[in-house]
Amino acid sequence: MAKKGGSKQKKMNARVDFTPMVDMIMLLVTFFMLCTTLLKPQTMEITMPSDKEDIKQEQKNQVQTDEAITIIIDKDNQIYYFEGKQAEAKLVETQYGKEGIRKVLLKKNLKAAEEVQKLKQYMAAHYTSNAGEAEKNKQYYKEHLDKIKKADGTPTAIIKPSDASTYVNLIDVLDEMQNCYIGRYVIDKISDTDREMVKTQLGRDLE
Amino acid sequence: MTPMSDVMVLLLTFFMLTATFTKEEPVAVNVPGSVSEIKIPESNIMTIFVSPEGKVFMVMDSPDRQKQMAEQVMQDNESLNLDAAQLKTFANAPTFGTPLNVTSAWCNLDGGKRNEYLTKNAAAGIPCDSVNDELKVWVSAARQACGEDMRIAIKADKTTPYKTIKNVMNSLRSIDESRYNLITTLKSGE
Repeated sequence: MAKKGGSKQKKMNARVDFTPMVDMIMLLVTFFMLCTTLLKPQTMEITMPSDKEDIKQEQKNQVQTDEAITIIIDKDNQIYYFEGKQAEAKLVETQYGKEGIRKVLLKKNLKAAEEVQKLKQYMAAHYTSNAGEAEKNKQYYKEHLDKIKKADGTPTAIIKPSDASTYVNLIDVLDEMQNCYIGRYVIDKISDTDREMVKTQLGRDLE
Repeated sequence: MTPMSDVMVLLLTFFMLTATFTKEEPVAVNVPGSVSEIKIPESNIMTIFVSPEGKVFMVMDSPDRQKQMAEQVMQDNESLNLDAAQLKTFANAPTFGTPLNVTSAWCNLDGGKRNEYLTKNAAAGIPCDSVNDELKVWVSAARQACGEDMRIAIKADKTTPYKTIKNVMNSLRSIDESRYNLITTLKSGE
């Protein structure tokens, strides 16, 4: 007698319930997303001049030339600069960013900027996907950039932040040094002469 | 359901492998953006935090180094006296920053209270002005304990007045620490 349905053996359900596992993994993912950071902080390396007085004096004499540009950072995101020797210089007010201080610095550092453009073009022409070669190229680029930045005739920047300016102002100006390929810069204190200069030429009090 | 759990497992592995845990910081420091692309070194680094109010905190990258530094400070300066238990608490503190003479009392506080002290108390922060410069003591002790390879990083808030930064820089300069890193984030745009 032919029975419909075949054997009496029960079909085993081969499926495993994954829901609890997914739940747990979801929790773990959320945990990791909330408690960790992916971004490593960037950093900016600076070297400050040593405190030894003799070095300081020498450096001061060295930078007080026509090649120097002095940037004074004031409160409320105000920024002024003057070029060359302080005695006969005219203080100019400018602003942060592309149209302000960067334009001024790039104009001052035209030769280096051109050299860097040339170097960049050269690097673009020699682009390779080979990892070892690319690493070598990077090294080459770094070396040459350094040479251009430190070459004779590039300006020296003297940065003078006032006490009332903020940290972000200082970082912005240091950033512009990198943007404008200026290899030599110092952070200095505001002197009484600077205060007087701002007072007489712009009629403002520096803190 | 299976494809979803597959994706989830992938995500989980990705996060576990790439991420690093955020460190507990007493003050929320909003660092400025910069175009600099240098990454911060992995180990042997001392971080100096400067809060928007101008308070200074410090931390070493490992409890071991923090302990060595504290031991060095105790040798150099008699205003710091920690017993073994306090030293252990100090070594594991995620950040510290109290005047030397109250540090042992600070170590006796409960875990939560310690952090509260750093954020709320007006006396918190390492003194670092020309009158009382204790940052100098800490940094030179750390330099002695951790060797020449130790890097110094300054992590300051965007709105921190330059006056405090100047004090920190001056005290670093006075002990001939002229190379240090300023921590920034990557600037977006431009």
